Amino acid sequence: MKKVEAIIKPFKLDEVKESLSAVGSSGLTVSEVKGFGRQKGHTELYRGAEYVVDFLPKVKLEIIVSDDNVAQVVETIEKAAKTGRIGDGKIFVLPVDEVVRIRTGERGDEAL
Amino acid sequence: MKRTSPMTAHVARAVYAAILTPLAVLASHTAAWAQDSPAIDTGDTAWILTSTALVIMMTAPGLALFYGGLVRRNNVLSVLMQCIMCMATVSIVWVVIGYTLAFGPGNALIGDLSMIGLAGVGVEPGEGETIPPLLFMMFQGTFAIITPALIVGAFAERMKFSAFLIFTVLWSILIYSPLCHWVWGGGWLGERGALDFAGGTVVHISSGVSALAAALLIGKRIGYGQEPLPPHNLPFTVAGAGLLWVGWFGFNAGSALGANGSASIAFVTTNTAAAAATLTWVFVEWATRGKPTVLGAASGAVAGLVAITPAAGFVSPMSAIAIGAGGGLLCFFGIRLKEMLGADDALDVVGIHGVGGTWGALATGVFADAAYGGTDGLLYGNPGQLWIQVEGVLATMVFCFIGAIVLLKLTDMLVGLRVTDEGEIQGLDLTEHSERAYGSID
Repeated sequence: MKKVEAIIKPFKLDEVKESLSAVGSSGLTVSEVKGFGRQKGHTELYRGAEYVVDFLPKVKLEIIVSDDNVAQVVETIEKAAKTGRIGDGKIFVLPVDEVVRIRTGERGDEAL
Repeated sequence: MKRTSPMTAHVARAVYAAILTPLAVLASHTAAWAQDSPAIDTGDTAWILTSTALVIMMTAPGLALFYGGLVRRNNVLSVLMQCIMCMATVSIVWVVIGYTLAFGPGNALIGDLSMIGLAGVGVEPGEGETIPPLLFMMFQGTFAIITPALIVGAFAERMKFSAFLIFTVLWSILIYSPLCHWVWGGGWLGERGALDFAGGTVVHISSGVSALAAALLIGKRIGYGQEPLPPHNLPFTVAGAGLLWVGWFGFNAGSALGANGSASIAFVTTNTAAAAATLTWVFVEWATRGKPTVLGAASGAVAGLVAITPAAGFVSPMSAIAIGAGGGLLCFFGIRLKEMLGADDALDVVGIHGVGGTWGALATGVFADAAYGGTDGLLYGNPGQLWIQVEGVLATMVFCFIGAIVLLKLTDMLVGLRVTDEGEIQGLDLTEHSERAYGSID
């Protein structure tokens, strides 16, 4: 099992979610996050005082998938989240040791 | 405009405030003798009841939201608390002792204690009056409430709540009441003919100058000038500015003390000046800083409302455009003043109320037109009025600055002005009130 973690542009969330549903992905967790990479921050202006804001708002997706589905999920997110402009985000794939469905006690792939 | 209407205002103002020229006072006495017996005018009374409620609304939620949005998220409750506690504290101070010190006969500098605890303040109008004296007292009380609440913006995000309370009570009794007496209560500034329709000196210069004293004495916030200290919720601030704009009709048009022509003039000049200042601030900001901001629009509106306050019932609507535009322009640059003065005036009380109030008081001496109810100003052939206005501004500044320094020093000796560095970093909501505005995860 793998965890696919993707940092994407917030306005791309719906598109990514729909594409993932279309390929049969069964669930995901999202959170609003802030951070920076190559994309520069922006300037804010309050009563004439300028502030440079480094951290930009992004959305983080977390999906746990079986080893067979990793390639498809990553590809789906990559396609749906892409604008071609700087700041589109990144996808990380991490190993997952165990999954437990709390309600039934199922373990491993059964619990996905 | 009905010709008789401003006269009704004269009658009331002459008796209550004694700020008119000898000629107008004479006219009001004549009018008073013509009446068989003073009686309550239900129209006047209904409007002043309404105005009183409108001005109360300016402090909370109006000013509370305006200021609450401008601080960081861990200080929003402390500012809301200070505004609502100004309402509670000064309401009591005013009925017990503030009103008599402001409006008791007394001398040229301060009222006496003849109306302590509202002794003798009843519902039957005196000669030439059309509203119950008790209502006049409450209307004036709403001005006493909002004025110290304006100062809150200067020491926001770092003052101890106990210090705020002590300072507010002392300031209300020892600075607001005497100053109010000078201008409206039969004191020396009113006698000299200083024009202040609704509180340019009494409310705005006094709070602006005291705010400067407070910001200088309490010191800068941790991180000021090194890291951003941006507003946390501009929708609050815009909602607050909107409530202030609406409430200001009670403040200014209510200061006519009747439902009459003078109130209508003040209503129109107030709205017109607010609009002109909003446009000015936004376009100047757009031209010099590259973007028109929402905070700029809200700040411009308040700057215009401040500027027109002393002039509201004394100038034409076209003059109100000039006064509003001047207020927007001067306050836009006025908020830079704090950097030159080395004062962390956190929410720009000095730049908006001090600068806008000073401009408004002087502009009243320039644009006043006797046809609207006061005396003529510089543009109408009476340069002497401008000089009287200058005297009023300078006297108010000196009195309030020195007075505020003394009271702040006294407060500092009693409880200390400032929270600990640790408390300031954690935010006043938790350190002073053990509460959070926005849940436990920031």
